Amino acid sequence: MDNKLKETILNPIFKGNPITVLVLGICSSLAVTVQLKGACVMALSVIVVTGLSSLLVSLLRNTIPNRVRIIVQLVVVALMVILVDQFLKAYAYSVGKQLSVYIGLIITNCIVMGRIEAFALGNKPLPSLLDGLANGFGYGMILVIVAFFRELLGSGTLFGFRVLPEAYVPNNLVILPPFALILLGCIIWVQRAVDKDLQEN
Amino acid sequence: MNTNSNVYTVVYTTIVVVVVAAVLAFAAMQFKPRQIANVKAETLSQMMAAAQLGQKEELSAMGNDAVLAKYAENIDKAFTVDLSGKKVRDLSTDVNDIEVIDNLKPQDKNIKAASANAELPVYVFKSGVTVIPIYGAGLWGPVWGYAAFNADGCTLAGAYFDHASETPGLGAKIKDEPWFREKFIGKKADFEGEHIFNLSKNAEESGADNAIDAISGATMTSKGLNEAINVWFAAYKPYFKAAAAAAVAVEQTVNEQED
Repeated sequence: MDNKLKETILNPIFKGNPITVLVLGICSSLAVTVQLKGACVMALSVIVVTGLSSLLVSLLRNTIPNRVRIIVQLVVVALMVILVDQFLKAYAYSVGKQLSVYIGLIITNCIVMGRIEAFALGNKPLPSLLDGLANGFGYGMILVIVAFFRELLGSGTLFGFRVLPEAYVPNNLVILPPFALILLGCIIWVQRAVDKDLQEN
Repeated sequence: MNTNSNVYTVVYTTIVVVVVAAVLAFAAMQFKPRQIANVKAETLSQMMAAAQLGQKEELSAMGNDAVLAKYAENIDKAFTVDLSGKKVRDLSTDVNDIEVIDNLKPQDKNIKAASANAELPVYVFKSGVTVIPIYGAGLWGPVWGYAAFNADGCTLAGAYFDHASETPGLGAKIKDEPWFREKFIGKKADFEGEHIFNLSKNAEESGADNAIDAISGATMTSKGLNEAINVWFAAYKPYFKAAAAAAVAVEQTVNEQED
């Protein structure tokens, strides 16, 4: 694999992570991280949507009229999101119901449109697909990390199985959205401590 | 080719929209049967949760087939009644062909208009409880639920509520907080009084059997639920009156036979 492709895959996961570095997709990362199961399904959904819509837009990139490109991108993203939503309703009903509006709101997730506009429109299908998948993964990874701590400390469980002893009193603050923001802040802090390049002067 | 000409743009967007619509229509058709099965199992598990046949989460985790089987095992009879309480038709309870009426929204209009073609489902479980649906409008979207009545036709054995899009942490408590639905257990619908049921602020202070406090921070959801309960209980009033009278009659004949 040549270096450029490697960079395409690795960059969104750490150095250019959509949540912790670009600070995109914050809203849904606060909303769907109460339980690990929901976060995993959401992460997978976003990976599929970003990957496939980047691929499709990249395939169409030379034919899309420039003046209506945003609309065409939006139609493509909406198509993928509705397909994912319908699929979840058919095969993962209870999780889909729990994620409710947030699956539909992937359409408005800045990561998806951002990657299409910034990458897929100017690159070949394979790099675009990988870029989409990697960005979805970078997003999903943070989601799962946040959900891990929130479910562990907020309910004492992981994937619904009790991990902490019964004596542990669940912390209700952890369940509420503000705590996700605090956790995100901590993750950004750790990341910047590890990689000094990310620090502003 | 000039991709910026008006003709090209119009033709291109038209093709894109038609293709996307076709793909979505095809996908919707493919997924439909499973989605319908999921909704049905969800409805049945909500009814069974109201009838105290298990916790909703456990019932949902059982899987669709197990939910259908459990329902078929526990249901005594299911039928529909009209607004005067007369039986209209039976609903199938066979495990392979369970019939539920869950298109409640049109029914809601029929009931409010006291329309003759209103068809109210009644589900009588073997444990003796009768489950009826309620349906109304919350703050952001529909709220609905199931109320389980004991054989006396006025005491509640349980309830379960659900919503489409109430605010998490506020209105969504009607579903998320077990303590809220547990409050309904043992309450009595007052079919003779001014309010059949009273879900409002500080209602419990009155000490009445039909009063439950509204959820603070969820005024509109509580109001909507209160109206839903009252409208639907009122619609079932003739049925429950007749059922209670029949139960008393049966008891009397039994007593007479014993004498």
